Amino acid sequence: MAKVLIIGGGGAGLVSALSAHEAGAEVIVVSKTLPTRSQTSMAQGGMNAVLGGDDSIESHIADTLRSSAGLGDEKQITFMCENAPDAVRWCNSMGLPFSRDKSGEIARRRLGGASAPRACYAQDYTGLKLLHTLYDQCLKAKITFQNERFLLNLIVDEESNRVLGATFLDIATGEVEEIRADAVILATGGYGGIYGKHSTNSVQATGDGLAAAIRAGAKLADLEFIQFHPTALKNSSILISESARGAGGYLLNANKERFTDELAPRDVVARAIHEEMTKSGAVYLDIRHLGEEFINHELPQERKLAQIYEGIDPVHELIPIKPSAHYSMGGIEVDAQCMSSVSGLFAVGECANHKTHGANRLGGNSLLELVVFGRHCGKNAAEFGARNPVPALDNSQLAKDINFVRGVMYFTNQIDFYQKQEMLANIFYNNVGLVREEMGLKAVLGAIRQMQKELPFMGPKDKSKVCNTNLVEFIEFGNKVELAEIIVVCAISRSESRGAHYRGDIPARNDVMFGAHTITWREGGVLCADFME
Amino acid sequence: MEIKILRGEEAQSYNVELEGVTLLTVLNHIKTKIDSTLTYSHGCRSGVCGSCAVRVNGREQLMCEYKPNEGDTIEPIRNARTIRDLVVDSSHLERFNTQAQAWTEGSREGNVSEEEVSSIQTQSDCILCSSCMSACPVYAVNPDFIGPFALTRVWRYVSDAREISSDAKISAVQTNGIWDCTLCGECVPVCPQNIAPAQDIQMLRTKSGMLGYQDPNMASTFGGGLDFGSGSF
Repeated sequence: MAKVLIIGGGGAGLVSALSAHEAGAEVIVVSKTLPTRSQTSMAQGGMNAVLGGDDSIESHIADTLRSSAGLGDEKQITFMCENAPDAVRWCNSMGLPFSRDKSGEIARRRLGGASAPRACYAQDYTGLKLLHTLYDQCLKAKITFQNERFLLNLIVDEESNRVLGATFLDIATGEVEEIRADAVILATGGYGGIYGKHSTNSVQATGDGLAAAIRAGAKLADLEFIQFHPTALKNSSILISESARGAGGYLLNANKERFTDELAPRDVVARAIHEEMTKSGAVYLDIRHLGEEFINHELPQERKLAQIYEGIDPVHELIPIKPSAHYSMGGIEVDAQCMSSVSGLFAVGECANHKTHGANRLGGNSLLELVVFGRHCGKNAAEFGARNPVPALDNSQLAKDINFVRGVMYFTNQIDFYQKQEMLANIFYNNVGLVREEMGLKAVLGAIRQMQKELPFMGPKDKSKVCNTNLVEFIEFGNKVELAEIIVVCAISRSESRGAHYRGDIPARNDVMFGAHTITWREGGVLCADFME
Repeated sequence: MEIKILRGEEAQSYNVELEGVTLLTVLNHIKTKIDSTLTYSHGCRSGVCGSCAVRVNGREQLMCEYKPNEGDTIEPIRNARTIRDLVVDSSHLERFNTQAQAWTEGSREGNVSEEEVSSIQTQSDCILCSSCMSACPVYAVNPDFIGPFALTRVWRYVSDAREISSDAKISAVQTNGIWDCTLCGECVPVCPQNIAPAQDIQMLRTKSGMLGYQDPNMASTFGGGLDFGSGSF
């Protein structure tokens, strides 16, 4: 029986776990928090699937391809869209309580960039209910969970380029341990956390899996593509779901006038808002005309969050908003089987780049992606593990990581990493955000390289062995800095504008030079980047 | 503003110049600017990940939704082992949900009315923050009580119009389950998602009665000796 190690307990991790289990593997899911506390809980809008009516799978494919701005892979997108109806039925068979329409069929709503209403949803709690339903099924399947374990590194045999397992910090005890497995799946989520308070993401979205993957020799793809959600609360970057606009919400400028098509794809709307904010100083979301009853029924979270974080009631008042970093299109480069360039190392969900979103993701396609590719990935990993049992090789990774965790306590703490983290978030939002220019990008790169040199002068202040979240946050910061450099290098290299990557100094798209993926990897510690088909 | 945070045996006071923000924002300020050793759990900042439940002046709150006042005392939630400061051992979530068999045995396809879905809408809003468990007095006498969140979860699946078989679940909650609850209702007002576990437990009792299960406490109270001709004791 193959042993499959899944790192990350969000939607992608749990779907893979069920799928690998069904394929006969022994499954262990390791999460840095608890599965139900993952980022997936925050997804609101829905899961796209064509369930008949006037819609067609061809339209779903065409919409997704169009939005991807030349970087979506038609085969992968077709695979996702064709499997979408079955993915929704599968979720229904597990008891996911989808909202229903008058006829009793699964209700669908229209999200931006979609030619028809096709996002199946469960009020504005689609991700929460999906995640919990998956968790319940994993308990039923007796999947083994190891919670509150922080991924340090993947264990790779350099000679054979084969993954052997991974090392973790047990947060509660402070011990470093290794888990060996026949196949490893990374399902660790995105890297939006780099943008700090300018991101809608959970504070956990620090790209740990991507950073570990590139350290282990894997390739990353298209990291410069980060989606900015048009409507986050102005002060806190807390998400106001796209369904608010799908239901008829307006965007207003400081003069209370509409200025854009609210249901264009996210990159277009977000840039229109950015431009309007620069011009008139403020942008608001107006859902007052939808009425109290509708808001309470369809957008209850939005109302509550606007009251807590902005002190306004959207039933009677305008909601102050700004675009915020929301989704990482870039990720670990994987093939059609979800395997990375390291043998036996798979990746799925937001941490992977399945080439389904390209340069810009459509609302409702991320939950869909994690279900469709999660099922695919779990099965593939189980089969790979059964065919290629992991060799029992000596490896020094565990010893190195034990030394690191011991040694990091002696870092000098002359520089406060929390301050640097806040600075990184601010310079990223302002220079690696909606509109980028070479000058700003290069300045950020300089600042990041400085931070890399300064890391030994930072470190955790808390010296506790038990439950040291200060230590965890410092390692997360290290991962952010590692990825920040790669993102900026990609953004500088891509001298064109495409989807979510908009260069103010080069607004045109250039298919001849850049109609390809930005692939990055390390060779002997040196960061390499190239454009590849 | 001064707030007190229980850290192990002793409370520590912190003075923070922040107004109109959430308790989580205050703690983040303390951790990043004043005292990096302060330890707590958080994630989404928006009330859906269930990480940040604590007790404020003896009442359960999500830190990301609660706005603190001068003199507030913050403690970890109860009925779970404290690991450090405000972080508690959360293994009970897996343990109780597994014991209660809180999952579907199979869900039929086909249409379901809006009313049927809305009847399980609130129960499926649960974020597993453990506030209900913390407020529950039964744990003082029975640490193995399956408890409010898991029982609400069971009722959510049992009452799902699509569920094909709920008998095993009903059977799983007879011991350390629905009959151990005192229906005191302490779990109800502390739920950040407006779920009423006590009510769901009451529903499970009714359903159990219909399937022929009896309240074991009643049976033992009367020892089976004098039932005055009534089978219900």
